[in-house]
Amino acid sequence: MIRKKFRDNGLKAWLYLLPAILFLGVFMVYPLIDVFIYSFEEGYNSASQTYFGVGLYNYSYVLHDSYFLQAVKNTFLLVIITVPLSTGIALLISVGLSSIKPLRNLFQTIYFLPYVTNTLAVGLVFMILFKKTAYSDGLVNLLINWFGGGSVDFIDGPYWAKMFVLCFYTVWVVMPFKILILTSALSSVDPVYYNAARVDGTSGFRMFRKITLPMISPMIFYLVITGFIGAFKAYSDVVALFGTNLNAAEMNTIVGYVYDMLYGDSGGYPSYASAAAILLFAIVLTITCSNLLISSKKIHY
Amino acid sequence: MEVILQNLTKKFPGRDRKRREDVIAVNDFTFEIPDGELIGLLGPSGCGKSTTLNLISGLIKPTSGRIFFGEDDVTDLPPENRGIGLVFQNYALYPHLTVRQNILFPLENLKGKDRLTKSQMEERALQAAGLVQIEELMERKPKELSGGQQQRVAIARALVKRPRVLLLDEPLSNLDARLRLQTREEIRRIQKETGITTIFVTHDQEEAMSISDRIVVMRDGVVQQIGKPQEVYDNPVNLFVAKFLGTPPINVFDGRVRGGKLYIGEEAVLDVADVPDQSVYAAVRPEGFLPAGDGPLSCALTGVEVMGRDISVVSKNKASLNPAVRAIIGTENRVDRGAIVRFALKPGKVFLFRTDSEQRIPFEVK
Repeated sequence: MIRKKFRDNGLKAWLYLLPAILFLGVFMVYPLIDVFIYSFEEGYNSASQTYFGVGLYNYSYVLHDSYFLQAVKNTFLLVIITVPLSTGIALLISVGLSSIKPLRNLFQTIYFLPYVTNTLAVGLVFMILFKKTAYSDGLVNLLINWFGGGSVDFIDGPYWAKMFVLCFYTVWVVMPFKILILTSALSSVDPVYYNAARVDGTSGFRMFRKITLPMISPMIFYLVITGFIGAFKAYSDVVALFGTNLNAAEMNTIVGYVYDMLYGDSGGYPSYASAAAILLFAIVLTITCSNLLISSKKIHY
Repeated sequence: MEVILQNLTKKFPGRDRKRREDVIAVNDFTFEIPDGELIGLLGPSGCGKSTTLNLISGLIKPTSGRIFFGEDDVTDLPPENRGIGLVFQNYALYPHLTVRQNILFPLENLKGKDRLTKSQMEERALQAAGLVQIEELMERKPKELSGGQQQRVAIARALVKRPRVLLLDEPLSNLDARLRLQTREEIRRIQKETGITTIFVTHDQEEAMSISDRIVVMRDGVVQQIGKPQEVYDNPVNLFVAKFLGTPPINVFDGRVRGGKLYIGEEAVLDVADVPDQSVYAAVRPEGFLPAGDGPLSCALTGVEVMGRDISVVSKNKASLNPAVRAIIGTENRVDRGAIVRFALKPGKVFLFRTDSEQRIPFEVK
């Protein structure tokens, strides 16, 4: 009797899960497996569905490709610089926002604006800020000149200048979401803890470090993980800033490399693209897992 | 440390858009708490007792009036400089810290010459933990503790820096009935052992009566009566205090005094020779009824509850302002299960109050 009921429930559950499983399977799991297989098929041609052999050649090629190495370097720089920076600044701003009362909503709205703005439109604004043209050196260069420095070509100039613009842009774009999450996390901390700490004579800084931070640490951790994943997948922002010929600009990212291998001017190599995609997947997986491992020791509840 | 409150008043700005008058949470509170006493602030919710506690703690500032700890005027001092230990209603233990870290927290805040060495801190923490008997729980997190254990940790954390005054906000309200009994004894014991002046807030009169050296009954921000629990119980100054103290609650009747006799309904129940003729509220404690076949007060019996230790007689009377008249009598009495039960009244358990101001009308008990 009980067993029959249980089996019925099982069947029903599968029925309800079916639409989701179907879509996930067709559009996520199947392509993932497919890409994994392609990455081992040497010289796969998607038109004729043929390949020469099976092996690790694709990986070897990608790992020896200087464009790929450049893309990996760019991506890692972007991740390492922007994730801690944006999270830190967002935390500062959220703490500031939570401690003021008047105009708080206004500031919250202003800080949220970049989130709802189109990537390409923002890219255009950054062009105006940074790009050197025949008529103007851009707003930022005007500022630098004002302080007595020489103009820097941020868009077509030296590598560090371009990296700076990219990081600046990324930090600015991801900030609103982080501020939103952190302000809500801060407001969810029960004020009674602060009262208790005040009675015990806790200094403001210690209160922040010993009470606020641990209390919102799960949210910070969530932001760091999603930040890592987001930064590893950077592509459209780079295109918005530096155009589509990213290899020439030395500003390609891993996702950009995958795209170029598939559809770029020198593209048409699904095998190489698959191998690069699998490598990216492996990197993100490793970092996320190690993040989870670290956090399970550091995050308290 | 004695705590002196002088004309303490706290007004909060009215939030209602239509009525912008201030809300007076505490109104002109003057009281001198002797050193080493356990004081219960008692009243229904919204009576200003928690506000009073927060004023003493320094978490909120009074609108007017002064607070002294001994000779020191602490009115303008922030909470951290007052030397108080505060136990919050929900304990406010830091959930991410262990019991040990929670207790150490106030000590780690000390700076300069007050700063203790690591081993001194450990020693003090262990001492505080020993006082509330939680030594074996030191490495646990708060969520791994029962409510009663959390309460003890909170008290240990409040005591560890050796405060001059200990403040407890509804210390027992989050505990179940059994634990409540046990914990209130515990609070009493800790307070006696440390000799620290302690003020606690409660809405439970039984709790306040059972452990306080003195209780303060408050209503709408105004102190009604201050005194030893038994004194206040035996001698309430007004109807509110009489009704607030005691379980089961006092029985209130519409009464009349005519020619030196108290009438409830048409029955003259008590001699009150020195009271002028007037309408009164006559309040009788449940233990003030004596079942007597020829007793002057007759009530329609609705039920008899045998409690073991005593008997609770539930009856009805037309003049009663309570839904039922409840009398507690000894088990040696027999109540005939008739339709009418008759009582004589113990004069010391009967209080008369004015119908307008609800103030007590004294009369001589013969």
